[in-house]
Amino acid sequence: MLEHDVLVIGAGLAGMRAAIAARANGANTAIISKVHPVRSHSNAAQGGINAALLDRGDDWEDHAYDTIKGSDFLGDQDAIEVMCRSAGKALIDMEHMGVTFNRDDEGKLGTRAFGGQRRARTFFVGDFTGQALLHVMFEQLIKSGVQSYEEWFVTSLIIEDGQVGGVTALEIRTGQLHAIRAKTIIFCTGGCGRLFEPSTNALIVTGDGMALAYNAGAGLMDMEMVQYHPTTLAGSGVLLSEAARGEGAYLRDKNGNRFMEKYAPNMMELASRDVVSRAEQTEINAGNGINGCVFLDCTHLGEALITEKLSQIREIGIDLAGVDMVREPVPIRPGMHYIMGGIKTDIDGQTTLPGVYAAGECANVSVHGGNRLGANSLLDTIVFGERSGNHAAEASRSIPFLPFNEQEVVSREEQRIREMLERPDNGDRWGNIRLGMGESMVGNVAVYRDHQSVEEAIRDLGQLRDRYAQVPVHNKNRVFNTDLVFALELGYMLDVADTIAVSALDRKESRGAQARTDYPSRDDENWLKHIVAKKGEVGPEISYLPVTITKWELEERKY
Amino acid sequence: MDVTVKIKRFDPEADHPESYWQEYAVALPDNATVLDALIKIREEQDGTLTLRCSCRSAICGSCAMRINGHAALACKTALSRVLDGDNAVVVEPAGVMPVVKDLTVNFDPFWDKIRAVEPYLQPQGAEPAGEYIASNESMLHLSGVTACIMCGACVSDCTVLEVDPTFLGPAALAKAYRFTADPRDGNREGVSRERLHQLSEPTGIWDCTRCNECVEACPKGVAPMDRIMALREQAVNAGFTRNNGARHTSAFTESVGHSGRLDELMLPIKSVGGITNVGAMLSYAPVGWRALTHGKMPPLRHKNVENVENVRRLFRKLEPDLYGPEIGKSSPFG
Ligand SMILES: Cc1cc2nc3c(=O)[nH]c(=O)nc-3n(C[C@H](O)[C@H](O)[C@H](O)COP(=O)(O)OP(=O)(O)OC[C@H]3O[C@@H](n4cnc5c(N)ncnc54)[C@H](O)[C@@H]3O)c2cc1C
Ligand code: FES
Repeated sequence: MLEHDVLVIGAGLAGMRAAIAARANGANTAIISKVHPVRSHSNAAQGGINAALLDRGDDWEDHAYDTIKGSDFLGDQDAIEVMCRSAGKALIDMEHMGVTFNRDDEGKLGTRAFGGQRRARTFFVGDFTGQALLHVMFEQLIKSGVQSYEEWFVTSLIIEDGQVGGVTALEIRTGQLHAIRAKTIIFCTGGCGRLFEPSTNALIVTGDGMALAYNAGAGLMDMEMVQYHPTTLAGSGVLLSEAARGEGAYLRDKNGNRFMEKYAPNMMELASRDVVSRAEQTEINAGNGINGCVFLDCTHLGEALITEKLSQIREIGIDLAGVDMVREPVPIRPGMHYIMGGIKTDIDGQTTLPGVYAAGECANVSVHGGNRLGANSLLDTIVFGERSGNHAAEASRSIPFLPFNEQEVVSREEQRIREMLERPDNGDRWGNIRLGMGESMVGNVAVYRDHQSVEEAIRDLGQLRDRYAQVPVHNKNRVFNTDLVFALELGYMLDVADTIAVSALDRKESRGAQARTDYPSRDDENWLKHIVAKKGEVGPEISYLPVTITKWELEERKY
Repeated sequence: MDVTVKIKRFDPEADHPESYWQEYAVALPDNATVLDALIKIREEQDGTLTLRCSCRSAICGSCAMRINGHAALACKTALSRVLDGDNAVVVEPAGVMPVVKDLTVNFDPFWDKIRAVEPYLQPQGAEPAGEYIASNESMLHLSGVTACIMCGACVSDCTVLEVDPTFLGPAALAKAYRFTADPRDGNREGVSRERLHQLSEPTGIWDCTRCNECVEACPKGVAPMDRIMALREQAVNAGFTRNNGARHTSAFTESVGHSGRLDELMLPIKSVGGITNVGAMLSYAPVGWRALTHGKMPPLRHKNVENVENVRRLFRKLEPDLYGPEIGKSSPFG
């Protein structure tokens, strides 16, 4: 039977960083991913990674303050301190591993400005920073000797008497089901963007790990905090990085006005994302857009700068919208991009389930609170990926393997899958259910939301869940049955969507990405707290946790 | 627009697994990509259609396949650019790699070759406390190579791999160049001697035939063949000239630079290190015999072209360092 001290689920930046750390600590480590590691969604990060480098006159406390303010004071300050203090080393480590960061005139690492920060502290590789980091991390994974299960899809956690002891996984290429035993498990399964339609996220980003942990009894925290990014391309909804605004691009309405003057006179286009997205949505609602879009204007930046620093997004505009940003403004709108919420963990990645860890976008430590600053997520994946890997390796020394009957576990899971494959064709398709969910989430748990809209989402989700229970899988074969994988993912997505909607309904204030038109202001007295959703009898049950405040005091948030 | 997508399919679980063609009619917005069409077919018409895709924005490298006979990313290919007169497009799995199912191919050999070039930075000496100091130009140059998303389009259309599966191939060699050209890799001067030595062996840099297919197939402008040529130059500069590839190039240039035409008799002999390489000489015997008996034997006495001095002037102009006043002494590249 396959057995490991540490099993990392997910091979994006967080997962590979965790696995490399665990291996370096001497643990027998494996990593499992439903796609080849370099196909992971961390690829898509364009703009960069934040770090306050002391030799540049920057200060981690400054970075922490910007992050806390960006989070609308919902981030836990102890966790934010850990992240910002570790950032410099994490960045230099990545450079030593071989990342080809852009440089300044002296040959040192160069920076660009990013939203919500008073200093330029975003380090970057053109506008494909995520890909550059991910491929280098994969190089290190090869070097590390970590066992890698590529294109294996985790279908369930193996739990006996409340103890998690492994996973079942489908080897996609053969269709064979396996059980893998592990002393500790680290979830690094990424976000859940595909619950929304459209979204900037890749098709594989379906919240699997969040759902698996939730169903095993872990708490999902601050799930209402869904980030809508200000600049997603009209039509396909693909992202055009904040790097464009960092390099000086403007946002304009249909008459050419830079409307951010009204909303954030100091930071303008570089206010934090929730602020800019709301401004755009307000303008669009007021009829100042065209076809539901406002414009990202890069024409004054010049072709040379765009070629050096924004070439990949220029290409996207040309390929997907037929617009060359060198010559004309690009139509954009707010689009679902990131989830601040996730599996609740402490600063070592430990969840409330013994031996189970989480890091990266699927986790919530919480460093992003109500709104994540651009370029803080890559940092989050690397810092907390490494910490989880270290801690899990150490912990696995004193944890025994959970005894379970491999045959039994696998045949139980096979039975469940067979049942799905044998469902009669009732004419429905998982694609339609996913689309229904995505459109309802984007429509009702939107940039602006209220009691009524969120209730509507909850109603829709209930109906979709009933349909899901009957949905047929058309492909009955074993080999590379993506039809089956998508159907299983849809189950995960519906679980996570529930927790988002229920949390959004619960928080009766406006904070960060949660903008309730029926409760338009922040209410520190009643709502300066985390919302935790746990699986209950009939759906998510809500409880609360205090926000950790160390030395940064609450203040009104203006940009 | 209404389009017809003609897809080459393969089901390994069929009673008699064989490729076959299937056509689908789909209606799509005018700016749709080939991937949009395939996803629509998969979600709405035929759940058995199998392909890899994820990011939809040419960054994850999942969706390389042959579109109208040439490797491309489905998510980066606008349908309007590839439809024929009947609004149809032909989609097949990527080449060279074995098909698993429909449009998915087995990448194992691809990754084995990436692994073979030891794809991680190997600096000699202690790491600096902060970052390595390096020029922005050097990093931008490397970023042009690290822009590779490992989609396999270049491998799919590589004409050498088609006939010689042992060739490291364009993706792995471009990956290798990413390290040899990195000022942080290798010795203090940034020369990755060990890598260049390895890459000069058979199956490496000298096996490329410069057909340019990989340059055309690459969706990210990495231009693998150009990187292979740069590797050759690095290898020769580092002194790795005692191999057939380097000798071939050197003999080729020497001959043309000296006489204005190729000395077809001497080229193969010089390529293997000269007449004393008895094994190689013997292996030429059958070809030589056939050439002789078919009247294809190159002239024994190699003659200069007319006005050979013009050719020599050209060489001097192109490579003044190498050709100086004397011609054909050193070993530059063709
Ligand atoms: C377009 C875009 C641009 C961005 N730009 C930036 C930026 O400039 N700066 C920044 O800091 N952040 C950015 N972000 C956010 C950041 O990229 C992500 O939050 C981060 O990369 C997530 O990394 P991760 O390791 O947590 O997850 P991912 O990279 O998403 O990896 C998840 C892994 O889990 C695996 N997995 C999931 N489910 C299963 C399962 N059931 N079985 C097996 N394996 C599974 C997947 O295969 C994958 O390997 C951007 C995000 C997007 C969408
Ligand atoms: S889907 Fe990612 S490269 Fe095409």
